[in-house]
Amino acid sequence: MTAKITLILLLAGLGYSWEEIKGIAIMQGFAGLNLFAIFLLMALGLSVIFGQMKVINMAHGEFMTMGAYTTVLLSWLCETHAPGLLTWYFPVAMVAAFFVAGAVGFLTEWAIIRHLYKRPLDTLLATWGLSMIFQEAFRQIAGARETSATMPEWLMGSFQPFEGVDIPINGVFLLSACLVLTGLVVANLYYTRTGLRVRATVLNRDMAGAVGINTTMTDRMTFALGCGIAGVAGCAFTTVGSISPSAGGLYIVDTFMVVVFGGAGSIVGTILAAFGIAQAQSVLEFFLSGVLAKVFVLGAVVVILMIRPQGLIASKIRK
Amino acid sequence: MIYPHFALELEELTVSFDGFKAVNGVTLYVAKDELRVIIGPNGAGKTTLLDLICGRTKPTDGKITFMDKVLTRLPEQEIVRAGVVRKFQTPSIYPKISVFENLELSHPKGRTAIGAIFFRRTPDVVERIHMVAEQIFLKDLLNKEAEQLSHGQKQWLEIGMLLMADPQLLLLDEPVAGMSVREREQTAELLRSICKGRSAVVIEHDMKFVRRIADKVTVMHQGKVLAEGHMDDIEKDPRVVEVYLGH
Amino acid sequence: MNSFYRSFLGGRSGTVGLVVLSLLLLVVLPLSIDAFRLNMMGKYLSLAFVAIALVMCWGYGGIMSLGQGLFWGLGGYCMAAFLKLEAAANIAKEAGTDQIQALTTVGIPDFMDWNQITELPWFWYPFKSFPLTLALMIVIPTVIAYIVGVAMFKRRVGGVYFAIITQALCWAMEILFVTRQGWTGGINGITDLRTLLGWDIRTPDAQMTIYFLTCIGIIGCILFGRWLLNTKFGRLLLAVRDMEDRVRFSGYDVANIKTMVFCIAAAMSSIGGAFFVLNVGFMSPKLVTIEPSIYMVIFCAVGGRMSLIGAVYGTLIVSFGRTFFSEEFPALWYFLMGSVFILVTMVFPEGLAGAVNRFGPPLWNKIARLWRKKPPAAPAEEVKP
Repeated sequence: MTAKITLILLLAGLGYSWEEIKGIAIMQGFAGLNLFAIFLLMALGLSVIFGQMKVINMAHGEFMTMGAYTTVLLSWLCETHAPGLLTWYFPVAMVAAFFVAGAVGFLTEWAIIRHLYKRPLDTLLATWGLSMIFQEAFRQIAGARETSATMPEWLMGSFQPFEGVDIPINGVFLLSACLVLTGLVVANLYYTRTGLRVRATVLNRDMAGAVGINTTMTDRMTFALGCGIAGVAGCAFTTVGSISPSAGGLYIVDTFMVVVFGGAGSIVGTILAAFGIAQAQSVLEFFLSGVLAKVFVLGAVVVILMIRPQGLIASKIRK
Repeated sequence: MIYPHFALELEELTVSFDGFKAVNGVTLYVAKDELRVIIGPNGAGKTTLLDLICGRTKPTDGKITFMDKVLTRLPEQEIVRAGVVRKFQTPSIYPKISVFENLELSHPKGRTAIGAIFFRRTPDVVERIHMVAEQIFLKDLLNKEAEQLSHGQKQWLEIGMLLMADPQLLLLDEPVAGMSVREREQTAELLRSICKGRSAVVIEHDMKFVRRIADKVTVMHQGKVLAEGHMDDIEKDPRVVEVYLGH
Repeated sequence: MNSFYRSFLGGRSGTVGLVVLSLLLLVVLPLSIDAFRLNMMGKYLSLAFVAIALVMCWGYGGIMSLGQGLFWGLGGYCMAAFLKLEAAANIAKEAGTDQIQALTTVGIPDFMDWNQITELPWFWYPFKSFPLTLALMIVIPTVIAYIVGVAMFKRRVGGVYFAIITQALCWAMEILFVTRQGWTGGINGITDLRTLLGWDIRTPDAQMTIYFLTCIGIIGCILFGRWLLNTKFGRLLLAVRDMEDRVRFSGYDVANIKTMVFCIAAAMSSIGGAFFVLNVGFMSPKLVTIEPSIYMVIFCAVGGRMSLIGAVYGTLIVSFGRTFFSEEFPALWYFLMGSVFILVTMVFPEGLAGAVNRFGPPLWNKIARLWRKKPPAAPAEEVKP
């Protein structure tokens, strides 16, 4: 936020009028919020999985793409068979995306991940292979071209809260979807029996097993949950952009940085990191080219990680 | 006034994990050549105390001095180089290489990255390895892969690895855990013989074993020192009986 | 001589493995495939340097770098910079003195000219000298690896975190190289490289010589690797991988050991990059980004992460498969490669070398028995580190 204020003061110094500055600040801030929503949506599922089993899922982006394609498929079905449903298919698509990606995640854990828990580095390789397979499968089934879902009327256009400021509705929707989803994940982790089981397994796997928690199933459900969240993220994505087989790979490194930067296993850390990185990038983009802003942000994250390798939020426990 | 000269001095040592004080204001002095045993119920902070001395955990407060050298903020390897070595609760050895190589890696020569590249297996190194192997009852198993040793032999091997560096202070966390009665006796002998001319801090639960080896005993409870003294006095202390021995 | 035999050649089985590889690379391949394919092999072999480096760094040291392309690329760019300056100087010479006076930008690489850069940037000057180029080719990656290594390992960043951070660094470097067009040639890279110290590297004869040089480089790296892994340092690497804490509590600075092997791996990868440029005559940022870096790790995994020789076979097989399938059945290739990634980590974590070690000796015995019709003592071809 201090960066934002500095920016505003700087612009004032450059001779922009107060009204213009307000407009730029809001729109630039909103661009940052949009990026924040994307990062957080992507990182949330990954954070749940990484925090739980210290496994990095390189195919995470593809689970997102899977959710997006589910949405596209549903929108296409509605369009061709029941145009009347087009207004309200979207919430259904979100649920469907969750279950499709979640189910595939469930199978992935059973087939691959569970054999590699003791070798986290190998999981990197195996899931990278999985992502290659998924991408090619998308290409074979849906075609290499970019596609997009038909959006219901109420998601289109923008509104003007006041003069000189344009806020797109789909952006607002993305942000709200992100906040609601985060709320649900946190609620699930901290206020339900399932969440308690997950946290118990993270803290002490043997003990959790000893008190009768099925840790194998807990792992599998957590992985499925993480993938399901990625699916919903993909669904939410279709409101702001089109989708292609390799779309998921574009954000994957950013997402890793968000999760690692936030601190393993901390949802709050992930949220903070997503916010920080997104805001830093959008502010820097105002001054530099987009790619250079990215290099700067990557560099900054790496340097901060050197100083605080445990990430922003980390709990101290006896090793 | 004459200050008694101690080897290891812990003063007001405290460590806090998110507000929970696992070790809370512990002050402890261990004399040269002394074998000190720490006992106490689970969660009393015994292992954490050893972690603090050997640098695995950094204290929130307090001071650690060994032979007039302040260890409090030193990295682990510097503490080892100052003569303080640590044995862990579960045997921690290199599983994939032979007993001989395990001992060789613990030899203080060639401790830098470049030194390790140009390290040569000279006769004095080999001789030292054989000497230590004899001490820890593993003379005939030098070529065996460490993974294949029995649990008790792994414990001995780890002690042997500590001896390679000719340390001045041994920190041993439950050295006889998981050993047979006969192995316990052998280990008691081993500890008595290797602690000549060195100090040692040992954590142990086996009271019979403690009585055999200890010079002095410190009882810890809830992060604090509850009592300290000779085993005979400790056993009669009503507070100690209450929290630990009575159970 | 005896100690040389043991530590460099790895005893009997190691010697057999090395002789077989040398025969394959230096005799069988040059005699059996055409110049084009041989050049392709040279290209693949330049990647095998990285695979060998990863055996030491990842297989032994347990440090997985997903950004090894960064170092490979640096070596490539160093060599390319030298060749490019030579090419630019040649063009200036051909143009004659009159034009040199007329054109102020003569003697600098063409892509700089296209980007309106009129003077050679200061950091290009060292690449006018060949010895200096060779030195920088080793020094630059080593220094970068040292900085990254010290910063990460001293702070105990390791495992998955280290892998992700190296990946990010590799990506950052790619972005920098692509965007700083005037300095690096941008997305096209440095192209149109012709001569090395006046020697035309594009003729078939030269290509053949470069192929042999690459092979010798590979064999040299294997010998070096064997020697290194046979020292106490090599055993320390294993110890660090399996029991990091114990090493620390034996008085070693674990960060220094890790940094050392990471630096050695970086320098070795860089040499590979330089050989690549000599083999193909260009350098491009597309070759040094995230995906190629992950392929480098898979070369090593397929060959066997604990086997220096296996790494070479792994590189050749995967690279050749990639070229073959992406020409013939592009779609199938991704499915196949994806499955290889999964299978090699799940079912064959020891890779080809593991398979040869397990199935080689019995097979060899069977063949030998058929041959001599009596059971011999087992002279097994075992792939050793």
